[in-house]
Amino acid sequence: MSRYVVAKAGEVAPGTSKLVTVKGREIGIFNVQGAYYALANTCPHEGGSLCEGRITGLVQSDGPGQYKLLRKGEFLRCPFHGWEFEVATGQSYCDPTSMRIRQFNVEVAPGEDVVKGPYVAESFPVSVEEEYLVVEV
Amino acid sequence: MKLPYHGAIDCDLHPAVPSTKALVPYLDDFWQDHLANRHIDRFGLTLSSNAPGLPISAREDWRPAQGLPGSDFELLRKQALDGFGLRYAICNVLHGAVALFNVDMAAALCTAVNRYVAKEWLDRDPRLRGSILVPPQNVDLAVAEIERCAGDKRFVQVMFLVMGDAPLGQRRYWPIFQAAEKHGLPIGVHAGSSFRQAPTGSGWPSYHLEDYLLQAPAFEDLIVSFLTEGVFQKFPGLKLVLAESGFTFLPTLLWRNNKVWRGARTEVPWIDRPPADIIRDHVRFTLQPVDAPDGKMLNRIFEHVGSDKLVLFSTDYPHPHFEGDDALPDGLSDDMIRRILIDNPLETYPRLRDAAGAANAQMNKEAVP
Ligand code: FES
Repeated sequence: MSRYVVAKAGEVAPGTSKLVTVKGREIGIFNVQGAYYALANTCPHEGGSLCEGRITGLVQSDGPGQYKLLRKGEFLRCPFHGWEFEVATGQSYCDPTSMRIRQFNVEVAPGEDVVKGPYVAESFPVSVEEEYLVVEV
Repeated sequence: MKLPYHGAIDCDLHPAVPSTKALVPYLDDFWQDHLANRHIDRFGLTLSSNAPGLPISAREDWRPAQGLPGSDFELLRKQALDGFGLRYAICNVLHGAVALFNVDMAAALCTAVNRYVAKEWLDRDPRLRGSILVPPQNVDLAVAEIERCAGDKRFVQVMFLVMGDAPLGQRRYWPIFQAAEKHGLPIGVHAGSSFRQAPTGSGWPSYHLEDYLLQAPAFEDLIVSFLTEGVFQKFPGLKLVLAESGFTFLPTLLWRNNKVWRGARTEVPWIDRPPADIIRDHVRFTLQPVDAPDGKMLNRIFEHVGSDKLVLFSTDYPHPHFEGDDALPDGLSDDMIRRILIDNPLETYPRLRDAAGAANAQMNKEAVP
């Protein structure tokens, strides 16, 4: 496993995502209220591009006719068939144990560390002043 | 095959729909007078899909020498109660009152039918049980009829036709379900229509054959209505019993419901688990007419459905669905037969469970010297 520098931390604002390609693999980097998550951009159902899905909350109910939107910004809806996934875990809502999105480790690393290595950042200009998102693949 | 032992519970048996004249003594003074004034007492208020003149309305050997099929108590006792060795049999009398536009007349006639059933049938044999006929056209009147009948524990469910004014799961009907749940009465829904709506989504069909076949999709609509409206979340103790619905449509219905729920559930978030699980917990189906070609196919369907609790024994007496005494399809396991004949009906109908429990306790008491 290697660690890849994929973006400047400021590039992925809270509530948004960025699609990156690492070793030919599409990965979505999500920022949920300041925490970063990296998920394969492939829906475990039939391969929908998850980065094109809406970021949403969790709809719950106390009974017929009762609607609540909880945990805003923490869920992702696949653009193909609308399945919901928890961004933090990659788990689907409908079938959490067997349907989940592949996750990768992502962390914020200061520019000084990234410049020193052992990070892979060939195509990515790195400066000591900034912070970077590093994905382990 | 024949029933292997006595004690089966028949969850759908049909005494003949009484003539209006036979109901007159069970009507209040005003309605007796009113029906006579308008000569309605000469009029048979039978549902057209259940017309007693149709050849399918009775098996030849189950037709009495005189009168309508299912009108002769002695014959019904001999052929059905004794013939199949039944422990209990639920009488479903599908009277045309449920299709009248005058809701007060509908309610009065439903009351008369229920009184008639209690007096002319249930009083005659302790094995007979009844379904409460209610006027679905008016929720308040339907609830009042449930409350009127609920004290008589021989009434074990509330009865509807599968096609009425509107999808039956809708909130307007909930007071009925609340009353039913409170009294331990499942909602029984029988094939048939009040013909308020066409049985297809695109208008009236041409042939009786279509009307007959279209009952099955109507039952699917009903299940989907109860499910999406959240009836089972609101009334967790409620069971829905479908009579003469068939059940071979279940594997695809369950699968499609689960599939679509995964992507569309946020619209109806009270469906908080896979719909197939909810249907398995709450919906039951009477056996006859069996809509599978043979036992092998039937077992595959049960396997797909993933439960042995869904089917309740029924003869549908006096309607013709099988030859001789072969009320059970061939090829079922002993366990499945026991579930269908006894366990499933007892688990579905709290009032039958109570009655069976009390009878067993009595037997044990008597056995003690
Ligand atoms: S591909 Fe994502 S829900 Fe079907």
